[in-house]
Amino acid sequence: MIPEIGAFALVVALCLAVIQSTLPLAGAARGIPAWMNIAKPAACGQLLFVLIAYACLTWAFVTHDFSVLYVAHNSNLNLPLIYRISGVWAAHEGSLLLWLLILCGWTGAVTRFSRSVPDQMVARVLAILGLISVGFLLFLLLTSNPFERQFPAPLNGRDLNPLLQDPGLAIHPPMLYIGYVGFSVAFAFAIAALLGGRLDAAWARWSRTWTTLAWVFLTIGIALGSWWAYNELGWGGWWFWDPVENASFMPWLVGTALIHSLAATEKRGVFKAWTVLLAIFTFSLSLLGTFLVRSGILTSVHAFAIDPARGIFILAFLGIVIGGSLLLYAWRAPAIRSVGGFDWLSREVALLLNNILLVVTAATILLGTLYPLVLDSLQLGKISVGPPYFNTVFVPLTIPLALLAGIGAVSHWKRDRAWRLAKILWMPFAISLVLGLAWPFIGMPHYSIAAGLGGSLGLWAIFAALQGLWSRTSSGQRWESLRATPSGIYGMTLAHCGTGIFIIGIAFTSAYTVEKDLRMTPGDEYLLSGYRYRFDGVEDRDGPNYRADVGTITVFHDETEVARLYPEKRFYSRQSNAMTEAGIDAGLFRDLYVVIGEPLDENGSWSVRLYYNAFVRWIWLGPLFMALGGLIAVSDRRYRHLASRRTQSPLPGAATSAG
Amino acid sequence: MTPRRKQRLILTLILFTGTAVAITLALLALRENINLFFAPTAVQAGEAPRDASFRLGGMVVAGSIHRSDDGLEVRFDLTDTAETVAVIYRGILPDLFGEGQGVVTQGRLLSDGTFRAEQVLAKHDETYMPPEVNDALEKAQKMGLQ
Repeated sequence: MIPEIGAFALVVALCLAVIQSTLPLAGAARGIPAWMNIAKPAACGQLLFVLIAYACLTWAFVTHDFSVLYVAHNSNLNLPLIYRISGVWAAHEGSLLLWLLILCGWTGAVTRFSRSVPDQMVARVLAILGLISVGFLLFLLLTSNPFERQFPAPLNGRDLNPLLQDPGLAIHPPMLYIGYVGFSVAFAFAIAALLGGRLDAAWARWSRTWTTLAWVFLTIGIALGSWWAYNELGWGGWWFWDPVENASFMPWLVGTALIHSLAATEKRGVFKAWTVLLAIFTFSLSLLGTFLVRSGILTSVHAFAIDPARGIFILAFLGIVIGGSLLLYAWRAPAIRSVGGFDWLSREVALLLNNILLVVTAATILLGTLYPLVLDSLQLGKISVGPPYFNTVFVPLTIPLALLAGIGAVSHWKRDRAWRLAKILWMPFAISLVLGLAWPFIGMPHYSIAAGLGGSLGLWAIFAALQGLWSRTSSGQRWESLRATPSGIYGMTLAHCGTGIFIIGIAFTSAYTVEKDLRMTPGDEYLLSGYRYRFDGVEDRDGPNYRADVGTITVFHDETEVARLYPEKRFYSRQSNAMTEAGIDAGLFRDLYVVIGEPLDENGSWSVRLYYNAFVRWIWLGPLFMALGGLIAVSDRRYRHLASRRTQSPLPGAATSAG
Repeated sequence: MTPRRKQRLILTLILFTGTAVAITLALLALRENINLFFAPTAVQAGEAPRDASFRLGGMVVAGSIHRSDDGLEVRFDLTDTAETVAVIYRGILPDLFGEGQGVVTQGRLLSDGTFRAEQVLAKHDETYMPPEVNDALEKAQKMGLQ
């Protein structure tokens, strides 16, 4: 009964979504307040019914209702409760339901926090979010009903894919989806502004908060995914340029560009048309990400779902969304007028260059990701594009970006002077160059010039950002000026520091990480980067729904024991799957990471892979700083202050503020 | 031309030149870094490159997995049901590697016709067959019927 209620709730939600997307749009065009006012209650009702549907599916998981096909495929009587709850988004149908729920959640948030936005604008924004929702509801109901039944019901389920039985992956998809879907709000604001012909500072300000918030979640989601891959895949790597990873990284890059260009649009009224285009691109790439991951057309570790019919639906949906919004853009964009002018040396130009670099990076990644698919669909042969391609294009584009971040953060809007910038920046430049080049001498097994230069670049991003904060203060009243500095500036500083930390992490990991495949008999030792790994043998152990071989490896440094690692090889009997669990000792400057392969003989010998991963934690620490910076920027009092004031006219006054 | 238009024109030109340069570099990088996929039939027909890395995929032949004495070097045969290629790999194999499994390997051909794999990819689902391998199997079966 419960699953039928869930399916019925989805149908009701579809009806509400249709109302939410049509009447308010017509009402906004004709100026009929009653029609526009339907948007909010319809959105809230839709949220309620999707929530009911979601609760029903969760209930089916928790109570082991294996008559529901989706539950039977992704759960098991022995599955722990937390993975039964997270199992809801383990595969195609459930993750789409989660997508939809999050979309309704964002829509609900828009109804709640948009009192300062004119009614007409709100009606249009909600209508566009409703349209997206109609698409996803149709998709769910027509091609991927999560409540489909099977009779007779099996006695036990097939169990959740063991790869997904990890706390990291339990929270990674929701975070990622909150980010992806959050860009739909930025998209809806852009389209609504195009429809209403109202592209002004107020629009940029509303849009900015939502965009930054979505970006924060996407950042956390991607970092969690990388962390999960590091923990669960047992290859010691943190990024594989897998198409599915790229699918989440492209919207992040363009979303980052959008955040920066929104800043220029809000403060100076420039790049309006470009900002709208970026909003469209960001959301389109988010949709493309869903399409790439969920249609199963990729040769990828993530290819869990294989069903081309769904792919065609998403492709059509994608075509309508991208094609429709670009048509609207082509029709409306010529009327957009950017107001402010700017000099060659100004923050505007720095932001513009930042945007170009980010978008070009995203474009090259898109090329590498889609090229094999295009060739394949044209029957021109099967190829794959490996990590070397992505590294070759990504690294040269990131270096100028990091250099620019430092200059952009301290430069003035509209016009700046080269000597002023030089006077402010020579010190952070010199310090980061010297410290960075000296760094590999300290505690590192050998000197690496690449690590030194990478370290310099990362330190530059950090010191230049801090210098930007410092240069806002004047001597004698440092504390007062720091307190008067808006939190948006603190957010930016923190996020730029995060970029620096991330770059340092990459530079040192690439230079100093070593791995070794070995055959080890109990008692064998191996020296890796100054650490002595001793293999103590492997024992059997039973888990809730698996059996495991657990190895013990003791690691010594300077004759003192620093870690005892327990790498596992798990066998999930229900799916007859084997899974590697790495044994990891995490540290700020190094991770000790070991996995066991297979038993080799009667004496207890195993094939073992040992890793020494330098600075790998910095790679996730960086995004954490970025996300924190984004959160602080969103909490900026200026937004709340201005948001509570009804902004009826475009604000030319906002363009003169220097922040 | 007003100064502002001139500025816009220059910016647009810079943008286009920059993008063009970047795309050209990307395409060059792409040309050097794509991995072609070949099935055992194509390899035995001499279609695969002799001096470049490529991807070879197929099913692991039952009973063909042999380990060397030190245990890290593994030899196995990959088949698309029509032809077979011997593969040699040193290191730890992925969890789902096994007889009858569809795998994709990356590496190059040695002079004796053995394939030296630097990487072995087996997908994380026992029912999953890599699309390339699936295609290769179907193609080989069709040829067998003719």
